[in-house]
Amino acid sequence: MTSVFPSFEEKAAGQLAAAGIEIFQINLGYRCNLECRHCHVEAGPHRRELMSRPVMAMCLEVLQRHPIPTIDITGGTPEMHPDFPRFLEKCAALGRRLLVRTNGVILLEEEYASFLDLYTQHKVEVVVSFPHVELKMTNRQRGEGVYSRLIEVLLLLNERGYGQTGSGLVLNLVHNPSGAYLPGLQHSLENHYRQALREKHGIAFNQLFCITNMPIGRYLAYLQQTDNYEDYMMALVNAFNPATLESVMCKSTLSVGWDGKLYDCDFNQMLGLTVNHGAPEHIDTFDLARLANRRVVTGNHCYGCTAGAGSSCRGEIA
Amino acid sequence: MADYYEQKDLADFANIGEYAPALGEKYFAYYGEAMKDGALSAREKALIALAVATTQKCPYCIDAYTNQCLSLGVSQEEMMEAVHVGSAMVAGIVLAHSTQMRKIIKKKEM
Repeated sequence: MTSVFPSFEEKAAGQLAAAGIEIFQINLGYRCNLECRHCHVEAGPHRRELMSRPVMAMCLEVLQRHPIPTIDITGGTPEMHPDFPRFLEKCAALGRRLLVRTNGVILLEEEYASFLDLYTQHKVEVVVSFPHVELKMTNRQRGEGVYSRLIEVLLLLNERGYGQTGSGLVLNLVHNPSGAYLPGLQHSLENHYRQALREKHGIAFNQLFCITNMPIGRYLAYLQQTDNYEDYMMALVNAFNPATLESVMCKSTLSVGWDGKLYDCDFNQMLGLTVNHGAPEHIDTFDLARLANRRVVTGNHCYGCTAGAGSSCRGEIA
Repeated sequence: MADYYEQKDLADFANIGEYAPALGEKYFAYYGEAMKDGALSAREKALIALAVATTQKCPYCIDAYTNQCLSLGVSQEEMMEAVHVGSAMVAGIVLAHSTQMRKIIKKKEM
């Protein structure tokens, strides 16, 4: 496909370099009981990629050796990794800020319901994908019946104190646009979510993270199938905001793939772009000094994190 | 005629200050202030803008504010109701002008 837009490197006018590792993001594998249409991971029940015990042990060893403040566990949905409970407990024992990105609905399955208590016990910050406050939009994006099940899960989390003031139990939601458009301003959407969820269901949460859909994986296929790819890329390019380059997540995050390979972000992981420019590419050769200031591997998908108010795993950045 | 209203020209809106930069800057400052969260939310303002865009039949604005409404989580039903408000207003404005016609008829007919 020929590009009609300038390359990201050209637009960013220079190289992007990391400035330390604040967030150690671990992708436990691509298994999920949903197949959301915006999923850049293309996660699903058929995926077999799962982090091995030796790689898990190497992650823990690196975290023990270095005081990286945040452990961010993602997937797929992490609960479907059979060793996740033990791994989570070991992560919690390190006393860092610990967060889990869950698909939410898995917690209603009998086999996985115990994670509600495990998360509560270890004060894990729970991040749940909740793309839209309209039932039909969320179901269209994440699957039939998902909206109602998410409501049920959020109520269970609220009952345990999640999202309630003063509980110390953090419940954050993630908004991803339900189509070929960019997310609106986070504070506007957060206000809208807060009011709608409170009025309709009596649900409370802490923060809403607005995440721009990346033109990769299943979402890229959607853009191409619906003839939206060029328009979407142009919308991203036209919204390029140089101020976001100061705080893009690759500056402070290291992403560890299920197989132990190291990436600048979860998106590069899906594109198979390991860290480069001389930094070690696998957890077994982890070297903080060489990784902390590594040059980031960029591509045109990086327009996704730098459009408008920017986007990261924690939402807006500028 | 073929080049009028090209979709890509929407991106040129950022350049309307060309040839009159001081005025352009003032306009964008005003536009930004008027559209941000205030006594009305940015969401409500986007719906008003969408209604104006359709009544004024501006394809650029319809494109921009349909996208803006989607981005702000506005539902299809809310957007269509906003268009109907615009439509009802336009119909009312047309009908209100029949007052002139009716006054003239009453004056002129025997």
